[in-house]
Amino acid sequence: MRNSLKWSGLVVLVALTLSVLLAAQQQTTPTPPPQQPSEIQLVISGEPGTPPRYAVPDFVALSPDVADVAKLLGQVLWDDLNFEREFYMIPRDTYSTIPVARTGDDIPFAAWRELGADAVVFGTVQKTDPNTVRVQVRLFNVRSRQSVFAKEYTGSAANPRLYAHTMSDEIHQQQRALRGVARTKLTFSSDRNRERVAGPVQNRDVKEVYIADYDGENVRRVTTNRQLNITPTWAPDARGIAYTSYRRGYPDIFIALIYQGLQETPTNGVGQNWLPMFSPDGTRICFTSNRDGNPELYVMNRDGSNVRRVTNNPAIDTTPTWSPNGAQIAFTSDRAGTPQIYIVGADGLNLRRITTNESWADRPTWSPAPFNEIAYAGRTGPGFDIKVYDLASGETRQITFGEGSNESPAYSPNGRHIAFSSTRSRGTQVYTMARDGKNVKQITRDGNNATPSWSN
Amino acid sequence: MKRATIVLMLLLAFTAACAKKKPATVASGPPPAATAPAPAPAATPPPPPPRPAERVEDSVPVPAISEDTIGNRSLEDLNRDSPFKPAFFDLDSSDLDDAGRAIVSANADIMKRYPTWVVTVEGHCDERGTAEYNLALGEKRAVAVKTYLVALGVSPDRLRTVSYGKEFPFDTGHTESAWSKNRRAHFVITSK
Repeated sequence: MRNSLKWSGLVVLVALTLSVLLAAQQQTTPTPPPQQPSEIQLVISGEPGTPPRYAVPDFVALSPDVADVAKLLGQVLWDDLNFEREFYMIPRDTYSTIPVARTGDDIPFAAWRELGADAVVFGTVQKTDPNTVRVQVRLFNVRSRQSVFAKEYTGSAANPRLYAHTMSDEIHQQQRALRGVARTKLTFSSDRNRERVAGPVQNRDVKEVYIADYDGENVRRVTTNRQLNITPTWAPDARGIAYTSYRRGYPDIFIALIYQGLQETPTNGVGQNWLPMFSPDGTRICFTSNRDGNPELYVMNRDGSNVRRVTNNPAIDTTPTWSPNGAQIAFTSDRAGTPQIYIVGADGLNLRRITTNESWADRPTWSPAPFNEIAYAGRTGPGFDIKVYDLASGETRQITFGEGSNESPAYSPNGRHIAFSSTRSRGTQVYTMARDGKNVKQITRDGNNATPSWSN
Repeated sequence: MKRATIVLMLLLAFTAACAKKKPATVASGPPPAATAPAPAPAATPPPPPPRPAERVEDSVPVPAISEDTIGNRSLEDLNRDSPFKPAFFDLDSSDLDDAGRAIVSANADIMKRYPTWVVTVEGHCDERGTAEYNLALGEKRAVAVKTYLVALGVSPDRLRTVSYGKEFPFDTGHTESAWSKNRRAHFVITSK
């Protein structure tokens, strides 16, 4: 597990084509896409007014035992590039009439042009030893027939999807100056292993913390204590997960360092504590505690030192989320009679209420910059829908519409997507959608899965 | 043979009537535990049951449980067919109403009768709050019940509280009937 998850840091960039080097020298700013075609153009454009049309055929297997990997790389890269909706991705089942290129020198550009492609990927994969693969990829401008992007990756053969995810992020970065999310992960709580909590009360399902790639693949279990382990949230370094665990019989905060197999318990046994939330710089944790007799918000340093109380009200104050600069905290309180969303300074000052037209507004999550909005669960009938409050305009927009109950919104690090849990199909499952509510995609199917958090 | 059958039927009818009598004073709601009092079948659903729909008389009689049957039972058996009744709450409320106070008071009497028991009061919620918010709401419910038990003379040393939010609903339905059963403080005997 450790190797396959970790190798991305070892990805070696071996080669850049001459054309990319020349282009890089000529272009001072790769963004925005130039409107006038220059002699060597790095960014591939579509027809005027339309997004560029991309084709991603299967990779070419250069050794016989990687035929499946070659197909997988093409499919995963297509899916990854499709996710951000920056390109029109030409469906892969329409490529059958196009001759298969064996090398980068015999790409049938005319046939791709006929299919309407503006950009085509050519990739190869081969095993260099039983545990190692070498993957090469180039992105061609179909019109100019020039390679605008070329990379080679060598590493573990255990998780080939990660090569496709890496290419996708690099292509989004180069072509659209966009931080892709193909290498990010989701963490969530699940009862999928169908164990029962040990103890005097029967028939209670264990919930454990899991992680998965952003597309739901590559699921790994993080906790194994056969108790309730819920509300996991990523540390900003994407190497730690803070969560609420009942392993001691009551809720307390634990941090799993997933690549080291270590665990931290920052609250030092004071009271009952739940719902940890890392500050954006990772140095502090905001959480809910009953240590003073009533659910209130507190902030501590990541190591548990310097605990400061943020709220002080006999009502419920809980479900904190940090502003991107770490100066403010949005949370839920029923101090006005019903649960509503409030914002307070991390120092406990300057409290204000932001939801005014909701019968029940709950569990906010603050978007990353450059977006300036707070997503939350708003009551819309028997269940919740996800709504988004724009801090600049004060306007609210609804992005789910009564398909099941929809809760626990969590932004992707680029702010363009939201993971959430919904009861719209069997049980409770994790989904992702674009921040406008479109492109809903079911991520989990096994057991019940809830309270997602999206890694950097 | 025939006579033996009649005697047995009479006996059964009598015990069933006795067994039914107590729950009937406390509540109307989901059927109280089955008609036959005998050994509980292995796969009976979990304990908490009746929803006190109407208000209950202030002095709820302590359920007549003989020391013999209770004292010898395992924790698992005790909690499966618990002498404690759950207290119920309104939506987004941790206030004990008259019915809730009556139930907690009856539970306090049981705790006084078995002074070695340690009880965990679990706060539970319906699905109409979010999973995250309900952790705090359940906490307030558990604490409200503990506070009242202590006021009734139960030592705080014998009481634990924990909130499970909406993680362990008693009724997984999506109606007000299910929700009202899930907004509860559930008593679990954790040692005796």
